[in-house]
Amino acid sequence: MKAMTRTLLSVAMSAALVSTGAQASLSDDKVKIGVLADMGGVYADICGKGCVAAVEMAVEDFGGKVLGKEIEVISADDQNKPDVGSAKVREWVESQQVDVVTGLVSSAVTGAVTKVLTDNKKLALIATSASNAFTTKACSPYNAHWTYNVAALANGTVKPMVQAGKKNWFFITADYAFGHALEGVATKVIESNGGKVVGKVRAPLGTTDFSSYVLQAQSSGADVVALANAGSDFVNALKTSAEFGLTEMVDVAGLLVFTANAKALDPSIAAGMKLTTGFYWDMDDQTREWTKRFRQRHDSIPAMGQAGAYSMTMHYLNAVKATGTDNSETVMKYMKENKPNDFFARNAYLRNDGRMVHDMYLVRIKKASERKSEDDIFAIEETIPGDQAYAPMLSQCDFK
Amino acid sequence: MATFLGINLFGLSGQLLVGLINGSFYALLSLGLAIIFGLLRIINFAQGALYMLGAFFAWMALQYMGINYWAALILVPLAVGVVGILMERYLLRPIANEDHLYSLLLTFGLALIMQGVFTQMYGSSGMSYAIPDALKGGTRLPFMYLPNYRAWIIVASLAVCFSTWWMIEKTKLGAYLRAGTENPAMMQAFGINVPLIVTLTFGFGVALAGFAGVMAAPVYSVSPEMGSNILIVVFAIVVIGGMGSIGGAILTGLAMGVVEGLTKYFYPEASTTVIFMVMVIVLLVKPAGLFGKEA
Repeated sequence: MKAMTRTLLSVAMSAALVSTGAQASLSDDKVKIGVLADMGGVYADICGKGCVAAVEMAVEDFGGKVLGKEIEVISADDQNKPDVGSAKVREWVESQQVDVVTGLVSSAVTGAVTKVLTDNKKLALIATSASNAFTTKACSPYNAHWTYNVAALANGTVKPMVQAGKKNWFFITADYAFGHALEGVATKVIESNGGKVVGKVRAPLGTTDFSSYVLQAQSSGADVVALANAGSDFVNALKTSAEFGLTEMVDVAGLLVFTANAKALDPSIAAGMKLTTGFYWDMDDQTREWTKRFRQRHDSIPAMGQAGAYSMTMHYLNAVKATGTDNSETVMKYMKENKPNDFFARNAYLRNDGRMVHDMYLVRIKKASERKSEDDIFAIEETIPGDQAYAPMLSQCDFK
Repeated sequence: MATFLGINLFGLSGQLLVGLINGSFYALLSLGLAIIFGLLRIINFAQGALYMLGAFFAWMALQYMGINYWAALILVPLAVGVVGILMERYLLRPIANEDHLYSLLLTFGLALIMQGVFTQMYGSSGMSYAIPDALKGGTRLPFMYLPNYRAWIIVASLAVCFSTWWMIEKTKLGAYLRAGTENPAMMQAFGINVPLIVTLTFGFGVALAGFAGVMAAPVYSVSPEMGSNILIVVFAIVVIGGMGSIGGAILTGLAMGVVEGLTKYFYPEASTTVIFMVMVIVLLVKPAGLFGKEA
């Protein structure tokens, strides 16, 4: 009896210790999440205020508190400028006690911001940047990259086309880091599957008229013209391709297409195009249910990065709760050891290099006659298992 | 295939034609700026935003009121012109006697506000606007496929440019206009309502941007950013042509379209900067611009 009392007592005491210990180890008595994104520029629709809404939704679904302390969400506009973004994040971590930064759109901004965060031992939860640098040549134990990257896009979209016999490729590439990265990984995929690149043009970012490039693509003898660009560059390039009859002569592949861009194109132009995405709102009941709740906060269907922002925020908060601390290393270790699983993260795990590997989807843009509403844009053709979509981990990025 | 010095001549002819199409579009856009600057001495930085407004008005007219492309081609420039008239009357006139810098800053601010409001309302991804049925399809030329809509852009732009030039340079109305802005006191003494002329001229220059916006809607992405992307290029064209020279703006617009088209063919990376390189050279050699009069 005495022994039992002692055991009970020690259990109770250690429980008390754990709980006080947990509270003591929240660095400033609260968890503070910063959402950094382009709020009013070209990339506003793919993250922006929708990412803020998604993160706030995750916090609310989590109960608004973790370890008995409040969770606070703050946000800022990076204007797609690396200097603006990194200055803001420096201020956040150095004087505003921000524990973790999410959002993160333009790869150039993310490159600058992840450096600041790593220097300060704070986590970067990258929701929607395209570059794969953050888990390869600029990898860091403090980075987690959700949603998609250029490698997954190239593997998802390009590989099946080359394997189906479309061997000759022509690139119309956005002339900056993201476009070059996308073209680079896609070229590797083409060549390793027996295809070749017969020509390419580098169009400056923000080019309005692509007709000259479309003519060059037309006379190149390519089977596929790949658009390694995004946003309005992609929309303008595809509109012009259709106008000049290119889409009827050859396959035009959009390598990075967001639902909002696909929606901005007349179905007569875009229908039939296949592309890779990390998420689509109308996949099943789970995604539809989440989308319905998301739309109560934000007036559009979610972009893949916005769904990703919710998923990674949730996984982070679960990790803080389970480990009883907001210490970056401890939380990241938990996030890597425990699989995220929600409406977004399917068959998912966070790899040691910070890459969140999950199912990707090869989709087709629907014809006007197939669409039941203005948001009915994609038909899912194939689910691509995460390990096939994402490139293998580099040994120098294996952070345990 | 015909080649000359290793250059594919068929390909080159296609590029020249495409350059000419873009050039006629540039001419249309720079014309409005040239009128507003040449006659009124206002540097209108909102011209790009008003072009964007034209494209969005065309989209809204179709979306909410079922007004088709052809009707929009008439109605939208009128609506954008009214916006311009209100701008001139209530915002620009109170600072008309101040330094040019004031109107530049004011219009720049207005452009940012318009762009921000449209991003807020419609997002940054843009809207879809289909090519009107009558202009779908195209013609197969020996060296390229010419879409009908692009042929229409050349015809319509050049027609509007030429008739505007003719109206200002060759008619009595144009003479009043030029005189009214050159020596307002004298014209006022002759019983001509100069402030009205100024307002209407501004409205007309702005309406041209609206017209260009409707022309652009079917072929370019209709998005809040579309004006700011093109405005700086158009400004460079006006500077090269000679600030205020109407004929100069038209000819330079065409020429720069061709220059840009050739750059896209030989060295695409420089295609957005080539016009500025030309501008620097022209300013060094002939500071008043190719067609401008030395002050």
